[in-house]
Amino acid sequence: MDAFYRQLLRFRLLVVLVAIGLVLAAAFGAQKLVFKSDYRVFFGKENPQLKNFERMQKTFAKSDNALFILAPQDGNVFSPEVIEAMAWLTEQSWQLPYSTRVDSITNFQHTYAEEDDMIVEDLVFDPEALDDAEVQRIRQIALNEPLIVNRLLSPDARVAAVNVNVQLPGINLVEEVPEVVVGVRALRDQLVERYPQIDVYLSGMVMMNNTFAEASLNDSATLVPLMFLAVILLIGILVRTIGGLVATLVIIITSIAGAMGLAGWYGLFLTGPSASAPTIILTLAVADCVHILTTFYHEMRSGVEQRQALINSLKINTQPVILTSVTTAIGFLTMNFSDSPPFADLGNIVAVGVMLACVLALTLFPAMLALMPLKATARPENHNTAMDRIACFVICRRKPLLWVSVTLVLITIAQIPRNELNDDFVKYFDQSVEFRQAADFSDQHLTGMGILEIELSSGESSGINNPTYLQQAEDLANWLRQQPEVVHVNSLTDIMKRLNRNMHGDDPSYHRLPDNRELAAQYLLLYEMSLPYGLDLNNQINVDKSAIRLIATCRNLTSKQNIDLERRTKQWLAENTPELKSTIASPSLMFAHIGKRNIKSMLSGTLTALVLISVLLGCALRSLKFGLISLAPNLIPAGLAFGLWGMWVGEVGLALSVVTGMTLGIIVDDTVHFLSKYLHARRERNDSTQQAIVYAFHSVGKALWITTLVLSVGFLILSMSTFKVNADMGLLTAITIVIALVVDFILLPILILLFDKESSPTSSDNPADSAIPRQEI
Amino acid sequence: MLRLLPSLSLLLLPLISLPTQADDDPAVARGHEIVTEADNRDKGWINTESTMKMELSNAHGDVSVRQLRTKALEVEGDGDKGLTIFDQPLDVKGTAFLTFSHALEPDDQWIYLPALKRVKRISSRNKSGPFMGSEFAYEDMASFEVEKYDYRYLRDEMLDGIDCFVVESYPRDKNSGYTRLVTWFDKAEYRAQKINYFDRKNAALKTLRFSEFKHYLDQYWRPHRMHMVNHQTGKSTVLTFDEIRFQTGLSDRDFNKNSLKRAK
Repeated sequence: MDAFYRQLLRFRLLVVLVAIGLVLAAAFGAQKLVFKSDYRVFFGKENPQLKNFERMQKTFAKSDNALFILAPQDGNVFSPEVIEAMAWLTEQSWQLPYSTRVDSITNFQHTYAEEDDMIVEDLVFDPEALDDAEVQRIRQIALNEPLIVNRLLSPDARVAAVNVNVQLPGINLVEEVPEVVVGVRALRDQLVERYPQIDVYLSGMVMMNNTFAEASLNDSATLVPLMFLAVILLIGILVRTIGGLVATLVIIITSIAGAMGLAGWYGLFLTGPSASAPTIILTLAVADCVHILTTFYHEMRSGVEQRQALINSLKINTQPVILTSVTTAIGFLTMNFSDSPPFADLGNIVAVGVMLACVLALTLFPAMLALMPLKATARPENHNTAMDRIACFVICRRKPLLWVSVTLVLITIAQIPRNELNDDFVKYFDQSVEFRQAADFSDQHLTGMGILEIELSSGESSGINNPTYLQQAEDLANWLRQQPEVVHVNSLTDIMKRLNRNMHGDDPSYHRLPDNRELAAQYLLLYEMSLPYGLDLNNQINVDKSAIRLIATCRNLTSKQNIDLERRTKQWLAENTPELKSTIASPSLMFAHIGKRNIKSMLSGTLTALVLISVLLGCALRSLKFGLISLAPNLIPAGLAFGLWGMWVGEVGLALSVVTGMTLGIIVDDTVHFLSKYLHARRERNDSTQQAIVYAFHSVGKALWITTLVLSVGFLILSMSTFKVNADMGLLTAITIVIALVVDFILLPILILLFDKESSPTSSDNPADSAIPRQEI
Repeated sequence: MLRLLPSLSLLLLPLISLPTQADDDPAVARGHEIVTEADNRDKGWINTESTMKMELSNAHGDVSVRQLRTKALEVEGDGDKGLTIFDQPLDVKGTAFLTFSHALEPDDQWIYLPALKRVKRISSRNKSGPFMGSEFAYEDMASFEVEKYDYRYLRDEMLDGIDCFVVESYPRDKNSGYTRLVTWFDKAEYRAQKINYFDRKNAALKTLRFSEFKHYLDQYWRPHRMHMVNHQTGKSTVLTFDEIRFQTGLSDRDFNKNSLKRAK
């Protein structure tokens, strides 16, 4: 190894050029990296909820939409100006890219009878000539129409909406979604300019999809510079070296550029979670450099010449840097077990980045340091008195400490069940995000984003015209309307009842379902022939008229509420329509289930990582016993972190299910460093248990808290993300990492004292008496 | 690293050039000439009767079949009269649909619902929606009148080995679901071979292909298969005609409200 590093430093300029050249070649792939703005990326191809949903979308029509929410400042939708504005917006919305359908109060297909005439027309057919009587007529009809109220109009008539369905070709989602959003926003701006008395909010699935990309872009614009600033400050303060700082920054940048570039070459898409890869790689790459720098400057300060100091540092750090990088990579690779592809991508990108950082930190980094004339003023190293005191404290108070920590651990871990699974995609974005504000406003005043789409299949061609079937669909719609979560139900049966009334001269007593099959079929035929472009019934009736799709819209629900409503609906269907085949699906339902599915799949992933890492650790430490002891400090931090999370937050989702596996690889580093130094003291120096513990504290204590500081700051910065998935992941990881250090400093020594009983001849009751070991980091 | 260039297509939309009514534009005159010739070649058929099968498929591959009969009466100086009788699905059997089409005015329409035993007049300004849930809009099926559109000749082009004129048509009805249609007429017989439909935002919406032409009375070409594909939804519809009978003796008396009830 000595010879290798000597050669490396001899050809340092060549090493720098080759390394940078290779990284540049890799980084070139980054231009292929594009952001996929589609919530569906969160679901694997085999996800059952996604499959149901996609099948339903193919059978009927896609339900991707953009929702314009109009809130007139005077609180009244029914004024000539506002109606005119809605008509204008409706007309213009047909021009939006990929729009296939526009629904509003103004183009609602109002039907009525006049003697033997059946009239089908836009509810507002002449928006330029509205007098009071006409406005009142429109108001009266709109407020009494179940297809409008709570969907396109609030019951108090203060808020209205124009819904635009888009049919994205799905050839290039990277550009299609932003294209729609650009159009929607331009239209909004025009609307606000023409009608400044109306506040406009933009919601809907398309806006949400786009927000995934925008939130991540904003993150990279704010969080990444913040991370760099933090790194500069931390290294500046802790290592006090400009040259070291510059070299570290180069390693960070090359690791990120290389990893993201390789992801691009590999053909990965960016998604919300995987867009946080640079931040995480940055954090992890710093740790490698800090280890090498600390030893390097320590050597220089004690008078060793620059190149020799570098070689010494590399000799000491090569094994731990490689070992910790490999374990960290394993931790991130467990994300491949996730049911949600973006997390697999994140895991793979970070794993590559970590290994790249490891290689670069051991090659490019020393080569750069060797190229710079670095000086270190010889100054007395302050002995690690703080570390010694901790060692002393732990050893002397081990009995009470053991009881206190065991109690605390048990109490905290007992709080884990307080965590409730919740993936509410609206709350994936914090309140500073425009989409979240619009969705919240809509939820309060008009309609939510929680949806249940129910396909009710009669099992026979034209079966939807069967009066029994229609009655069942009507019962289902009515039952759904009674559920407290449900705001609106879109059901064909409402149209059927209206048509039956229209065909009987608008006699209100005929506002009921037609009582024979032929009648229903013929009404439908007639009605379908009278509808304008885009406003057909193909979005709720399948081609052979054997099934209809009911859509129940709910307030924004938690996953638990969503699953509960799904369960109750299934139960109702089983009890009341046992002979009908039904499917329930929706985006909100997909998210409601993803958390649980992901936790199940990640459990096996985390277990695999645990086994792999423990084996690796056992081999590195050459001891089965310590491999087993290490399980405690490796597992307890995640348990504690989730316990604390349960007390403070109490809500876990998709993102947090990957944290255990991912942090395992990071926190194991602390244990590796501590135990290897301890065993070194026991085996090579014949120290007693207590002496060896003091030695371990002394030699790695400082480096451990520095890396913990760097890592937790890095992940805390990630927790400032406006994208909650990333923010929660960052926060919980930071908590886990800090807890891991505390556990390694307190619980690990106690466990060692308990299980690695005295066997060395030179035992001493007072650990402070033991010889202060040679400084070694 | 992130490529999120907004598309300019929306901003450019208002700039898409629609035809000006310049009579001196040779392309406009040429377009009108071709379509008029096609229309003239199809005059004098007096009346026809046929049976038709409609096969609907969705993106998921489900298929559904409808059967109907049509009767048509040529009307000089106005749109033709049409009677459509539904045979399948069974629950609409006997439903009959009468149309007096007009070039620029909305068509007059009556429907007879056997289950209700009543004739209803349908008053709808806007019938650009799907016909029986198919990919054919009512306006695609309605009788063709030269005055319904403005035209512009685009180019000559070979279509599957057939030498064609390509003509663009712009609906005059503001309620139409289309901004324009592009039609391929073969030069030999002036038969429409293919039509591309563009929706209100001028995006490609549907393509209709005509095939299995048969020659009747030594003069009239009729396609026996029409295949409409919706590019946006992935749904499609195939229309096939079993037989077309010309000059069967139909008269005005077969195309009024009373005839609807006994149409069967």
